[in-house]
Amino acid sequence: MIAETGLAALWLAASLALLQLLLAFAGLKGGKSELLAAVRPAAVAQGLLTATAFALLIILFLRSDMSVLLVATNSHSMKPWLYKFAGTWGNHEGSMLLWVTVMGVAGAAVALFERALQRDAHMATLGGQAAISLGFYAFLLFSSNPFARIAQPPADGQGLNPLLQDPGLAFHPPTLYLGYVGLSVAFSFAIGALLTRQVDAAFARAMRPWVLAAWVLLTLGITAGSYWAYYELGWGGWWFWDPVENASLMPWLAATALLHSVTVLATRDALRAWTIMLAVIAFSMSMVGTFLVRSGILTSVHAFAVDPTRGSFILALLAIYIGGALALFGWRIGSVREGAPFELVSRETMLVVNNLLLSVILGIVLIGTLYPLMTEAFGHKVSVGAPYFDRIAGPIALALMIALAIGPMVRWRRDGAGAVGKRLLVPAVVGLVAVAVLAAFAWGRIGVLPFLGLVIAVAVGAASIAPLWKRNLLRTPLFTWGMVIAHLGCAVSLAGMACDSAFTVEKLVAARPGDTIQTAGWTLRFIQIMPVAGDNWTALQADMRVDRGGTPVLIRPQSRFFASPPTSTSEAALLTRWDGQLYVVLGEEVEGGRWQLRIWWKPFVTLIWLGGVMIALGGALALVGRERRGWLMKWRARRALA
Amino acid sequence: MRVLLAFLLALVAVPASAQTALPPAPWADRQIPDAAQERKAKALMETIRCLTCQSQSIADSGASMAGDMRSQIRERIMAGEQPEAIRSWLISRYGDWVSYEPTAAPILWPLWAAPLLLLGLGLLLLRGRIKRRKTP
Amino acid sequence: MRKLWIWLPLALFLAFIGLFASGLFQPDDRIIHSRLVGQPLPAFTLPAGASDRPALASASLANGKPRLLNIFASWCVPCAAEAPQLMALKQAGVEIDAIAIRDARPDVDGFLKRYGNPYARIGLDARSAVQMALGSSGVPETFVIDGQGRIAYQHIGDIRADDVPMILDRLRDAQ
Repeated sequence: MIAETGLAALWLAASLALLQLLLAFAGLKGGKSELLAAVRPAAVAQGLLTATAFALLIILFLRSDMSVLLVATNSHSMKPWLYKFAGTWGNHEGSMLLWVTVMGVAGAAVALFERALQRDAHMATLGGQAAISLGFYAFLLFSSNPFARIAQPPADGQGLNPLLQDPGLAFHPPTLYLGYVGLSVAFSFAIGALLTRQVDAAFARAMRPWVLAAWVLLTLGITAGSYWAYYELGWGGWWFWDPVENASLMPWLAATALLHSVTVLATRDALRAWTIMLAVIAFSMSMVGTFLVRSGILTSVHAFAVDPTRGSFILALLAIYIGGALALFGWRIGSVREGAPFELVSRETMLVVNNLLLSVILGIVLIGTLYPLMTEAFGHKVSVGAPYFDRIAGPIALALMIALAIGPMVRWRRDGAGAVGKRLLVPAVVGLVAVAVLAAFAWGRIGVLPFLGLVIAVAVGAASIAPLWKRNLLRTPLFTWGMVIAHLGCAVSLAGMACDSAFTVEKLVAARPGDTIQTAGWTLRFIQIMPVAGDNWTALQADMRVDRGGTPVLIRPQSRFFASPPTSTSEAALLTRWDGQLYVVLGEEVEGGRWQLRIWWKPFVTLIWLGGVMIALGGALALVGRERRGWLMKWRARRALA
Repeated sequence: MRVLLAFLLALVAVPASAQTALPPAPWADRQIPDAAQERKAKALMETIRCLTCQSQSIADSGASMAGDMRSQIRERIMAGEQPEAIRSWLISRYGDWVSYEPTAAPILWPLWAAPLLLLGLGLLLLRGRIKRRKTP
Repeated sequence: MRKLWIWLPLALFLAFIGLFASGLFQPDDRIIHSRLVGQPLPAFTLPAGASDRPALASASLANGKPRLLNIFASWCVPCAAEAPQLMALKQAGVEIDAIAIRDARPDVDGFLKRYGNPYARIGLDARSAVQMALGSSGVPETFVIDGQGRIAYQHIGDIRADDVPMILDRLRDAQ
């Protein structure tokens, strides 16, 4: 019954989305404005219904209802409950249901909480959101029904890929999806603005919190995904420039650019067409990413179950929605006028530079990811990987970091080059000190990019806290704090990346119990190797005592074997210290009772993800800060009236 | 990282049947004693694509053929061969596909020109957005 | 001028859609072919891979008569599946040499006893070195070698029953 109820809720939600679209259309274009009153209730009901369908699917997974095809093929009755729960979205159908759920709930949130937008633009936005949702409902109901039953339920189910049996699965995909799909709101705002021809500062102020919220979640999702791959794959890498990773990076780059251009639009009422374009591009990148991952046209380690009919379905949705939005853009944007040009030395110009560099990086990632597909059309197979992206996108990202240091020090409208130079003096001196220190200690041992990365990270770190200089910290607005923390987070993350690539020490050894291994100041005593058993796996576990002069700590890397489906994984042992991480992987047995061990000491590698969390935190503070200011102003206005 | 849903397959989770019972080649997981040579070898391995995996370099792969390739690369570096010579040797066998570092083949020229084209396009779009000179 | 700029994103997007569609509908070809097809076999000498067959060296492959060079391994399941087709080719008078990849002699002996031995000579390539030199990326693979020791054709994956006539044609073409 649960599965049937879920399917019914999904059909009902789809019908409501259609109704919502028709009501908005009839209300705005048909002149029946009384119908508009029903749009918001329809959006809220639609959100509730999709959430219900999703909750029902979770219940089916938790109860291991093997009569449901999706549960039987992706779950196992012996799994720990957390993986039954997370297994709900660890597959194509479940994750698409999560996608429409986020879309429906986001639409309901826009209906309930959006107050700043004018009525017509608000209704057009909700109509747009319903229109996109409809395509994904169709996709789900016609080609990926998560609630399909099977005639002969198996006793146990086929199980979940062991690499996904990790607490990371419970957190990473939902966060990433909230961010990905949250960008659909910005897309709908852009559609609404184009339809009602209202592209102005008020529109930008209304759109900004939605963009910020999606961007914060996207940042968290990518950070979590990076850390997950880092410890789960067991190769010590945290970003591999794999197509699926790039698919998540591209919407983030577009959203970051959008976040900054929307500020220009809100403050100076300029960059109108460009901001609309970015809002369209950001969600388009989410959809392109989904297409690349689900259609299997690019080879990736994150292989999803690949099915060409699904690929064509998503491609059709892409063509309709993005093509439609771009056509609407071309048709309507001519009537949107741009403001006056900017002064060369001004905050606006710096934000334009930010947008230019982010867009170039986005273009490079997009072209690099798709290039193998293009050459294959000419019968030529090539690979584009880390060496290309590091070498090409790396320097541009460093230039972006420099712009990030300067930007907040430049005033809006017009500033003096001399005055800005004076403000940059302290960070510049800090950067020069970093150059001297690094040159003294590490000259010739580290590459050019990591060297520049470290210097720029230090200088940008100093520059990013400058907006707080000589200010009363308690009275500094929350959104200024947000910007400072997010920018500092970029510097922190860059420092972690540069340290990892410059100073990581790798040691591969074949050792037998009783051996002692020395590396990077650490002493590892290999005590014993023992079989251990978990809920649904067995493992060989190495006990090692490690120290670097202080009290020894026991670490236990494992080599795990899963019965369903039969696979083996390695569970790295990670020991975190303030100045880095010790990363130990137990490999296979080699001759003579010795075991292959991979040991890394990664100085300050954790800064990469700490920086990511800081960036997200900064975004969250900016969101709360701006919203709170809005509430306060409204509250004061109401009191003044009373 | 790796991510939409970061579905990490294939890498460590290789089905047991596809692998050989033979122990890994001698230099597959053993570092060259000379640190400078090991750095060279490692840098090369990170840019060579594993033939039997989905989308990984041979430095990040547990597949047995990747181990054999690592071993061969280390042995050749120890014998004094230059990394770029080894790369071209591999490309002459497997084509450009085997190198994650795009070569300078004509079909890859647009890829290398892309950043400049994009920057140029961006600057062209910006033209007129920023005042050239302050009016007194 | 501005008009053109406005429609540029849509034009680019349509180009991408075309690219995606061509990628989606063109047959999936993940196979990496050797670049050495049409070129002479690289020189190699391998120790014997089985107890009752001689060892294999590249020099002995250029003896005027086209032949097959089969890349296999005792641990590879599709290799066992293609064994009957290799036997059929041998019955048809084709000379087949083989290279056993990452293998040990006792294992090869066991494999040949179980699935039949169509091979004239077997080389043992314990570290896939010759496999790499040939530009071969997996097991099983079968190369057609012409009389002058040039690689005429590379068949990737196991030989199915309906591939046998095609392989015979290739051998005839390589005369």
